[in-house]
Amino acid sequence: MIESSIKSSVEFWRWEEYNRIMPGKKWTSKDLITAGVDVGSVGSKAAIMVNGEAYSWGITRTGSNSPESAKKVLDWALRDTGLKVSDLKYIVGTGYGRVNVPMANKAITEIACHAKGANYIWGSSVRTVLDVGGQDIKAIRSDETGRVVSFLMNDKCAAGTGRGMEVFADLLKIPIEDIGGISLKVDEEPPPVSCTCVAFAKTEAMGLLRKGWSKEKVLAAYTRAMAVRMANLINRVGLEKELVITGGQSKNIGIVSRIEVILGVKCLPMPNWRENGLDPMVAGAFGAALFAKALYEKAQKP
Amino acid sequence: MIAVGMDLGTQRVKAVVLKDGAVMSRGQAFSGFDPTDAAEQAVEEALKQVHLQKADVAYFVATGSAIEMAPYANSTVSMMSADAKAGIYLFQNARTIIDVGAEEARAVKCDENGVMVDFVVNERCAAGAGTFIEAMARALEVKLEEIGPLSLKAERASPINASCVIFGESDVVSLIHRQESKPEIARAVFDAMADRISSMVHRIGVNPEVIVVGGVAKDVGFIASLNRKLGLNVLIPDYPDYAGALGAALIATSRAKEVQK
Repeated sequence: MIESSIKSSVEFWRWEEYNRIMPGKKWTSKDLITAGVDVGSVGSKAAIMVNGEAYSWGITRTGSNSPESAKKVLDWALRDTGLKVSDLKYIVGTGYGRVNVPMANKAITEIACHAKGANYIWGSSVRTVLDVGGQDIKAIRSDETGRVVSFLMNDKCAAGTGRGMEVFADLLKIPIEDIGGISLKVDEEPPPVSCTCVAFAKTEAMGLLRKGWSKEKVLAAYTRAMAVRMANLINRVGLEKELVITGGQSKNIGIVSRIEVILGVKCLPMPNWRENGLDPMVAGAFGAALFAKALYEKAQKP
Repeated sequence: MIAVGMDLGTQRVKAVVLKDGAVMSRGQAFSGFDPTDAAEQAVEEALKQVHLQKADVAYFVATGSAIEMAPYANSTVSMMSADAKAGIYLFQNARTIIDVGAEEARAVKCDENGVMVDFVVNERCAAGAGTFIEAMARALEVKLEEIGPLSLKAERASPINASCVIFGESDVVSLIHRQESKPEIARAVFDAMADRISSMVHRIGVNPEVIVVGGVAKDVGFIASLNRKLGLNVLIPDYPDYAGALGAALIATSRAKEVQK
């Protein structure tokens, strides 16, 4: 009875929570082990680094209580590693809930952490980072060391954010991890929708479906409108190659490929995070763990 | 001489019947999926009350977001011009009219003849319109007509991300889980909306006599927040939701006279 009621209420917005230990990596008690905990509005990410090299990470959904979410995701990242929280020499908290990471030695803004993390994942050629989070979009310019030069942010509107995409997944009853691919299954790009407000889209999209538009076409029109918003933000901060995308939407091929078309540039290739590559959704936590290492080393100097 | 104005809004269609420029009756219907049908119903309801028929009507004017779906219309008028005309008819000294509907908000500046001279619109974001209040009432699990009075019980506003309906919904849910006071959440909703509307109005300049029309003008919570924001006591006519239809009907009256000449 209970089981059937759970099955009937599929949560299409729900993305995969997982943890990973980098294959072949080991730690010893002599190593400098640090952590970054990125408590976002929608997802929480934690990364463990051994001597500044990615060792393990975890991704979970942020609950209504930030300190609990921080603890939960750090436990995920430590699972099966043999490490305990007390083995971590220094922990940096970041993200929307960064002041609510109880075990953190210091909090650093997610903008600095994403620039640093993108530099770590893709290397020193990265100059522009688009971070599409659950509740905001940031376009960040950085130098060859991953230091922030300038940035712009949209945090007043759900259009284009991960949360906005979750609403579409639910509305069209398509699992969130499939919507990017499905949005590309159109022969040609439909006319863009005039209004990007996600609240209005709830009714407008239904109207388009009733008019006979396919789900693919509706999704293509809205994904395009969202990509235009993101591209505009990048243009305003000033696009300099190389461009990379971090955050949950970096996994949305419908968004990434349209941004590339609109801006006329290719992003640096996405790491194969499903196999043994680094996950761009964890970029902020990687950056935080790197800051943790630097801060620990600085504190050790006489 | 009978003239009818129809306002085909995103949520409701309103109709006003005038006889020689004086209001005789009003009617309304939900727009639904067929605004044409809704407009026919609203007009019929209004005419029936005063025992009139469509054939008795000298002139129909339509306005509203679904203007191209209007039945009977001899001509149309923009929503801004309709607001301006109605505003000056309702309050002779009004020079700024704020119209807050279900999916759109406008501010219109007019001259002493009720002719629109400037306007500003918020039409692409649900956080500046009635939809926002509806979504927040749903999240708070209170009826739409209850959220306004509820907000008046609060001394302060809860901190919520009220810049976006989507973010606001999830914030309200987590505040309720933390057992925050519902009146304070409701107050935050109206303060945020009043903030948006007030900054929109300031873009065209505020005159001391400001009138507020549209369905949202009936919400006491919104009006209290807007008064605090603007530092004014805004004027609310009776039947504020019929202002657009009234403006259209007033224009229908003058156009009918021109035709008769």
